[in-house]
Amino acid sequence: MSEEEIRKTIFQLLKQIAPDTEPSILKPDENIRKTLDIDSFDTLHFLVSLNEKMGIEIPEADYGKIPTLKTLVDYLLEKMK
Amino acid sequence: MIDFLMPSLGADMEAGTLVEWRKRPGDSVKRGDIIADVETQKGLIEIEVFDEGVIGELLIKEGTKVPVGTVMATINPSTSILETKETTTQKTVIAIQPTEEKTIKKAVTEQFEKKQIKASPLAKRIAAENNIDLSQLQGTGEGGAITKEDIENAITQKEKITKPEEKMSLQLEAIRLAVAAAVSKSNKEIPHYYLEKKIDMTKALTWLRESNSKRPIQKRLLPAALIIKATAKSLVDFPNLNAIWDNGVQPKKEINIGFVVSLRSGGVIVPTIRNADLKSIDEIMEALNDIIPRARAMKLRSSDLTDSTITITSLGEGGADTVFGVIYPPQVAIVGFGGSSQQAVVDNGMLGIRSVFTATLAGDHRVTDGLTGSDFLSTLNNYLQNPESL
Repeated sequence: MSEEEIRKTIFQLLKQIAPDTEPSILKPDENIRKTLDIDSFDTLHFLVSLNEKMGIEIPEADYGKIPTLKTLVDYLLEKMK
Repeated sequence: MIDFLMPSLGADMEAGTLVEWRKRPGDSVKRGDIIADVETQKGLIEIEVFDEGVIGELLIKEGTKVPVGTVMATINPSTSILETKETTTQKTVIAIQPTEEKTIKKAVTEQFEKKQIKASPLAKRIAAENNIDLSQLQGTGEGGAITKEDIENAITQKEKITKPEEKMSLQLEAIRLAVAAAVSKSNKEIPHYYLEKKIDMTKALTWLRESNSKRPIQKRLLPAALIIKATAKSLVDFPNLNAIWDNGVQPKKEINIGFVVSLRSGGVIVPTIRNADLKSIDEIMEALNDIIPRARAMKLRSSDLTDSTITITSLGEGGADTVFGVIYPPQVAIVGFGGSSQQAVVDNGMLGIRSVFTATLAGDHRVTDGLTGSDFLSTLNNYLQNPESL
């Protein structure tokens, strides 16, 4: 999966969780949860669907490492290596 | 004969529109079967029956808006339950009319008189209920009169034009109004008292983190599940907080927690987590996983919205520190949780950095007083200091 494909997957899954938002306008350094107004419940469901789609399980201890689009994409790329 | 009534799906619901009957006369039904789809401010709700028997008559036509408590259908009970149900068969005849008829009809009638639009009373009523402007319609009846069919065609057209997003935003507007009505009623009728207690959540959150580290992501728990369980367990000892007010207090045996779910575009929906004291934290989390997405998509069943005996509102992390809730009638208490934050706390003479949040209780002074409320918050604190005991 390329970086671009990961980003697309993220947008698609965020859109499912928060249908009334436009995830693709997220800037790389913006906080995803704050910008899209996603609560902890929706965050968990987003990570579950990310796990189902990409097979990568993000431990709770790593939540703090992935607040933005850029950090999340980098994290996933790293895990795919 | 049992009367099947338009159910009340919360204090903020006054009426619902029957969209579709899912059963026909002669169909047998059992508890939990879906009998109808009803449109409310909370979306299209599947309405369940709570009796067993055979559908007798369907008294309300699809498309009609009727007040809560209106007899919508009759059910002939199965013989086994006939005896116990006999006492409830007295039929209260409620005039079948839209709740807002008085105001709407008057306004609409005035408008007609001015423009001299010919339409039957039935057509006028259906038009008013569905916000159809009669002056924009060509009547096909006698002398150009607007008929019921004309109105129904107009409604179909209107529905086609109304985009789903628009429908959603109208629904949100309706939710906002309904919440406002319920809260006004509450503030007018219930003498609230308020208490708050700081709760050190370090132990509970550590326990949660450790538990989650051993779980697959699908089974992870959120603090909300823990809070709900702790509240429910604490309520066992405080029957006067787990109660409803109906010309006096009626303590409830079942502890059904109404959990406030905020909708992303504004407004709240309060689905019920039944028997929360008897559920494990995992089961509560499963219930949340089921009900929150359905609440946000406005796809709930009637049983998801009824019989709450107390409400919990939780702000989640990062938000305001304290929430003072407004009691949701006919309940007599609401428990609120602010966002947790790191704070300097003195414990056993030692200063430490702890995760702390504020729990609040708004109670109905007709039923309990500050002392009961205070004892309740202390009990809640004790449970949260011993998360493994939950």
